[in-house]
Order: sequence, then structure tokens, then C-alpha cells
Amino acid sequence: MSVDPSMRIEDKLYYNRYLVDVGRPHIKVRAHTEPSPQLLALLKACPARCYELNDKGKVEITVDGCIECGTCRVIGEPTGDIEWSYPRGGYGVLFKFG
Amino acid sequence: MIEDRFDAIVVGAGMAGNAAALTMAKRGMKVLQLERGEYSGSKNVQGAILYADMLEKLIPDFREDAPLERHLVEQRFWMMDDRSHVGLHYCSDEFNEQRPNRYTIIRAQFDRWFSSKVREAGATVLCETTVTGLARDANGKVVGVHTDRGDGEVHADIVVLAEGVNGLLGTRAGLRERPKPDKVALAVKEMHFLPRETIEARFNLEGDEGVVIEAAGTISRGMTGMGFIYANKECISLGIGCLVADFQRTGETPYGLLDGFKRHPSVARLIKGSEVKEYSAHLIPEGGYKAIPQLYGEGWIVVGDAAQLNNAIHREGSNLAMTSGRIAAEAIAQVRSRRAPMSAENLALYKKMLDDSFVIKDLKKYKDMPRLMHTNSQNFFVTYPQLVSRAMQNFVRVDGTPRTEKEKVTLKSFVNARSWIGLFGDAVRFARAWR
Repeated sequence: MSVDPSMRIEDKLYYNRYLVDVGRPHIKVRAHTEPSPQLLALLKACPARCYELNDKGKVEITVDGCIECGTCRVIGEPTGDIEWSYPRGGYGVLFKFG
Repeated sequence: MIEDRFDAIVVGAGMAGNAAALTMAKRGMKVLQLERGEYSGSKNVQGAILYADMLEKLIPDFREDAPLERHLVEQRFWMMDDRSHVGLHYCSDEFNEQRPNRYTIIRAQFDRWFSSKVREAGATVLCETTVTGLARDANGKVVGVHTDRGDGEVHADIVVLAEGVNGLLGTRAGLRERPKPDKVALAVKEMHFLPRETIEARFNLEGDEGVVIEAAGTISRGMTGMGFIYANKECISLGIGCLVADFQRTGETPYGLLDGFKRHPSVARLIKGSEVKEYSAHLIPEGGYKAIPQLYGEGWIVVGDAAQLNNAIHREGSNLAMTSGRIAAEAIAQVRSRRAPMSAENLALYKKMLDDSFVIKDLKKYKDMPRLMHTNSQNFFVTYPQLVSRAMQNFVRVDGTPRTEKEKVTLKSFVNARSWIGLFGDAVRFARAWR
């Protein structure tokens, strides 16, 4: 593969329109010492690459680019690794085409 | 907040929610529809194909003003390996009919239009409102909802949960299970814009004719999944989806898969020079008949994707959503006309009506398919596409090798890859699940 796909996801998200609910993330990662296999899976499975490993080796989320598909909920909520809600009414991604 | 009491509250303004709200409002019920997006459709994602028959039952003259893209005259199925595709194309001028059977649509625009019909019918549609919980009485009966628009409950005789595949309300309230990784697919999609003449030339279309391409093979890298390419008027909807469990297992990224699909030589030529204007993702219920939850209870009913009503084999979902929404509304209206309470016992009528419709009959027909595809994904999505591609190449390439020798090589490649027993077993398993 000539292009690292992970370099391009931010560009993809720039196509979209968002109304970010500043300071009120709708998804939270539970505090952990070691990331569980489920949390690690989210680094790759999230289509907006919202999940990243910080320099302490823990999984962090930045919800600003979230496209609200629910994949991380399906993987990470049953184990209690994440808390998932929808953004407040009107906030979040706003699809023009959908 | 609205303090009134309603006959019905519909949560969600997708296909199922709009169908339910419209049907009930048309029957004179006082309906409140709640949608968390800025407008109806702003959170909704689909490929998207619209099936006319199911919409006609709701809005007979929809062709007059609905935002439709192209009516479909051609269906292509591509079996892909890394550099080629073997295609089955069905194209018929019979689809150039007075009342076309299928259209491509752009969901955000279509849903906005659909919602205007719901309002015209008299329903109260409240957007930018997230429903945060179900309100229940002392006996546990659902009597309304809580929203993020301040305190207080809004009450209704019945709550219709049309909240989509990732519906939090119903799962949190214990009315059904959260979707499981092996029962939902994650699809990612891009909208590629090109001049309309370019689209028509590349897809060999005239006027508003449209084409659908469904693709499977090595593009899903051994996972259970499919790609799609739909021609709209001035853009192409292009996407690919695989089971969430497969993403979890393989560590493949959804955008990596999408980029691979776009770079495939058969696809790249269709979108060359396009401008991408949106990137979206959505879960698709893939569990089929066996994943359908309890569909009704005391004061509530669930419809559409939230009820896992999706026919993954035929890529039908929005029509099942529309139909289940309409049928739920008709069942509710019937119970109401008898002045009977919205109890589980009375709402069982919904399930009976749904069982008698194509919705459940079709899902029942394919009840074994999801498991077959999932447990044999390597064979169905890698081995066979590669074998078929090689067989086709052998068949068409002329290089001086005698034909009998070529056929031997082809046959041998199949037997080597799957063995006679394997080939026979796959055929039988497939036929059984299809039947």
C-alpha cells in the first residue's frame, strides 16, 4: 500500500459538518491502567479514528470527529470500557447527504 | 417543553419513524415525533436505494415531488479479486417504466422531504431533541419519554421506538439486547461528485437512468462483507461494510478497506477525478430472523433497524423499516379504534400483521444465511472469488495452450483449494440456507 490510510482519516473528516458540544463529550473511556483487548480494538475499528493511544499507553478518545455509528458501543460498552450516549439534541455530526 | 399529552410518541425520524408518524397522523391521532438531529435526516445514513412499492403504500403520488436521484435500470454483481472482477449484469429497458420500481436517493435530502409529509399530515415534529429515557408507571408500563429539553415527561398512550440500529433507549430499558459484534456490520461510505455527463458516460446511462453495483470478494480481505457503488444524478455513493466482529478480529481499519476498494482498478476508473464531499459510517443489522427481538410490550412497539428488520442478502432495509413502521401504526390505530388499552396483549396484533407480511416471511427464508456467511467467510470472500477470476482468465486469454489443458488447470485449482467434499459441502450448505 502506497499511502498510509491512517494519515488520511483527518482529511476525510474535514468533508463533514459538525456542531461540537464543547466540554460535553458523549463518549467516555473508563479510567484504566492497561487497555483491554476491546479498547485496543477500537484504535482500529473506529471509522473516524477517535480513539488513540497516549504516551502513557492508555486509550483516549476525542469525540469531535465522531460520526455516531455506534461501533465502539457494540465493542466497548459490554465490558464497561466505555460509556456511550448520543450527543445532546442538535449537536454532533450533521450529514448533508447521509 | 411540550406539556400536552399525545396519543403516540415516535422516537426517531428515519424511514420507520416517518412511516409510523405519517400513518398515525393520517388516521387522526395526535402524534409527537422526536428527532435528535438538526432536521429529519441529518443523522441518517444509507447507501441508498429506495423501493417504490413500499413508499407508494404511504405516499401514492411521491414521484411528484420527492427528491429522487435516478431510477434503476441496471444491476451489477461483481465478484472481485485484487485486479479483476467477474460480473453478472442485468440491464432491462422494462425498468424504464411509468412508475419505476427502484431509485437511488440521498437520505438526508429524502428524509427531509418525508418529514415535510409527516408535518403536513398533522404530526408535531420536534428536532434537536434527544430522548434520554422511557417514562414508566408503577406497573412498569411505558407511559412516555424523558428528553434533554429540560425536565418533565411527555406522556402518550404508546411509544414507537424507531431509534435505529444503535437504539439506546430500548436496550437501556431492557426491552431488547444491545447489538452484538457478529450481528451488525459497519459500513463506511463516501459521496463522490462528478459532472452528470461524466457519470452517465462512465456507467453507460441515458437521462435519469441509474445503476447499482454490489461487489464482494477480496476487497473485504477475508471478512464477511460487501462493497457498493450507486450512481446518483451528480454524485456516486461508494462504500463497503463488514461485520464488526470481523473488524475486531482482524484489526483491519474501515477507512483502509474503503481506500483499497477505491483503488481497485475496476472501481478507480469510475470515480477518477471526483470531489469527495462527505464521509459517513453506519451500522447495519445483519443478524436476520434469529436476531429479531421482542417487538412490543406494555405501551411500546419497536420498528425498523431497531428491531433488526433488515434483509442482508437482498440489501433491503429501508423498505422493511417503512413497512414495519406503517404496520405498527395500523395495528396501534386498530387497538385505539376499539378503545382498548395499549397493552402487550392488544399490541400482539402488530406481530401478527408483520408475520403475515413480506417482512418476516423474507427474513425467515434466509434465517440460516448469516451464520453460513460468517463461518465460511474465507471461502466465500477470498477463495472462490480468486478461483473464479482465474477460471475466467483461463477461459478468455488466448495463449496457445490447448483448451482441455486449460480446463484441467481450472478444475484442479478448485479441487486443490476446497477439495471435492469441500466444494460439495459449500454448495449444499449454500442451497439449504437459500431455500
